[in-house]
Amino acid sequence: MDLKRLKQKSVPYIFVLPYFFFFFLFVAIPVVIAVILSFTNFNAIQTPSFVGIKNYVDLFLQDEIFIRYVIPNTVVFAVIVGPGGYLLSFLLAWALSQTTKGPRTILALIIYSPSMTAGTTMAVIWKVLFSGDQLGYINNILIRFDIITEPIIFLQSKKFLLPVMIIVALWGSMGVGFLSMLAGLLNIDPSLYEAARIDGIRNRFQEMIYITIPSIKPQMLFGAIMAIVNAFKQSAIGVSLSGANPTPNYAGQLMVNHISDYGFIRYEMGYACAVSVILLLIIWFFSKGARILFKED
Amino acid sequence: MAIGQNSANPRKFQKSQLKIYAVLIPVALVMIFPILYIVNHAFKPMEELFAYPPKFFVSNPSLSNFYKLIRATVTSNVPVARYLFNSIFITICVLVFTLTFTTMAAYALSKMNFKGRKFLLGLNDIGLMFVAIALQIPRYLIVDKLGIHDTYYVHILSLIVLPVGLLLLKQFVDGVPDSLIEAARIDGAGEFKTFTSIIIPMLKPAMATVAILTFQEVWNNLETSQMYIDTDAFKTFAFYMHTLSSNTNTVAGQGLAAAATLILFVPNVVLFIIMQSKVMSTMATSGIK
Repeated sequence: MDLKRLKQKSVPYIFVLPYFFFFFLFVAIPVVIAVILSFTNFNAIQTPSFVGIKNYVDLFLQDEIFIRYVIPNTVVFAVIVGPGGYLLSFLLAWALSQTTKGPRTILALIIYSPSMTAGTTMAVIWKVLFSGDQLGYINNILIRFDIITEPIIFLQSKKFLLPVMIIVALWGSMGVGFLSMLAGLLNIDPSLYEAARIDGIRNRFQEMIYITIPSIKPQMLFGAIMAIVNAFKQSAIGVSLSGANPTPNYAGQLMVNHISDYGFIRYEMGYACAVSVILLLIIWFFSKGARILFKED
Repeated sequence: MAIGQNSANPRKFQKSQLKIYAVLIPVALVMIFPILYIVNHAFKPMEELFAYPPKFFVSNPSLSNFYKLIRATVTSNVPVARYLFNSIFITICVLVFTLTFTTMAAYALSKMNFKGRKFLLGLNDIGLMFVAIALQIPRYLIVDKLGIHDTYYVHILSLIVLPVGLLLLKQFVDGVPDSLIEAARIDGAGEFKTFTSIIIPMLKPAMATVAILTFQEVWNNLETSQMYIDTDAFKTFAFYMHTLSSNTNTVAGQGLAAAATLILFVPNVVLFIIMQSKVMSTMATSGIK
């Protein structure tokens, strides 16, 4: 092969190299390292020693906190915040697409704005709203309407920490996926709707099922994947709200917090990596599910 | 219920839209409530912060929380200007690298044919699902091995990759007609020339969108400061605001926290408002097929 052709052939690789160099360095290689370390005992100082699948066995058979608190909490949180946030994003995007441009722009900005706040910094504000003393707004309102007599210590409570986390996460779940679905909805060919009306579609609901959703499948898939990622990304919020890891009585302990707890508080990094691998598998599994759901049939 | 002329993206107000507004407006109020709360709280003078029962709206707005925020830094070793400088410097560097690298990769993945193209695209799609927090331990070890622990490099390098950005840009390049690129080639332009003179100008809306997303990612980022930085002077404004506002046990601290959150939040909103039409045109092509 002469030099010129070689040069030609290498052009695409020169274009993708810088991006994928960093992609491998900070995404792909960490995944590989996590997998390898998950089979070791590693305290971050001494050389890791190979222990086989012991970490995984311990995780599912020995780790009482993981089984009794972390798994149920994670399932409840992810099921409500993932699909719930997604449904909310879609319905709000759809509702916005039914309004005129001026009000739509303003309302869309308001609904998207929580995504622009730094999650954990925002936790500060929620802390004040749900504060356990009389100055907490929610307590104040509940007392004023005689719903409760004593203020509830929401953020240290076994019963209320997780629901508060879910509220905060849902509040922040209208992100890029929401914008994508909104843009998709606004770009549906209007002639499709006209044809549908001739075919006998009578109301907004039928229109949504037969025309709208099939037309924006790609955006729906993008939104679904972003919703899954968002559900797991926001899950660190319990520690910010309660101010402690582990969260009080493990009430808001999710997998992400379990990883930090073992990795950076107890320095059992091999074990923490095993939890990370399981978490990555869960995310991958759900994203795959979303893909199958939205594949063109 | 009958639907009007154009139920999606209507041009005019119709009565049937009232139902929609009846849902949307309360939702919008709930969404904006915490933000309105920060705005009000940030401007409350001391006596109003202590008021019982607490009042939502500020009656005598004052800048005292903002002054205190600045003064709080004078007493510690690192002035607030340093944190601000760090954040601005880091954000600009990341923006330049992310936009350059991601646009280049997007162009190659969309318009060039080469071995491994499908593989890299698939890999990026998987990257889309990755949550940084799940990889914090291996990343920590890599940063340590690279010797960039506790330097500016770690802030910049570890945030360059934004898989959503590559996806958005690639989908947008897909929409650039091939005939334009062929025409440029017939005129004798090489790949690099085509890239800079044809692709970049056409990609401006998508680049603006990725810029906003990158900005949100970097400007609000706490993890790099928390995980990889030991020296206070290398930490970011967001981190500093976060530490200040974590002391919300005191009522006065809550005022400071609100002021800090507001300062952090405003640049995001301003950028988004300026670029919102570009964002929406990019998002129209954002789907995954």
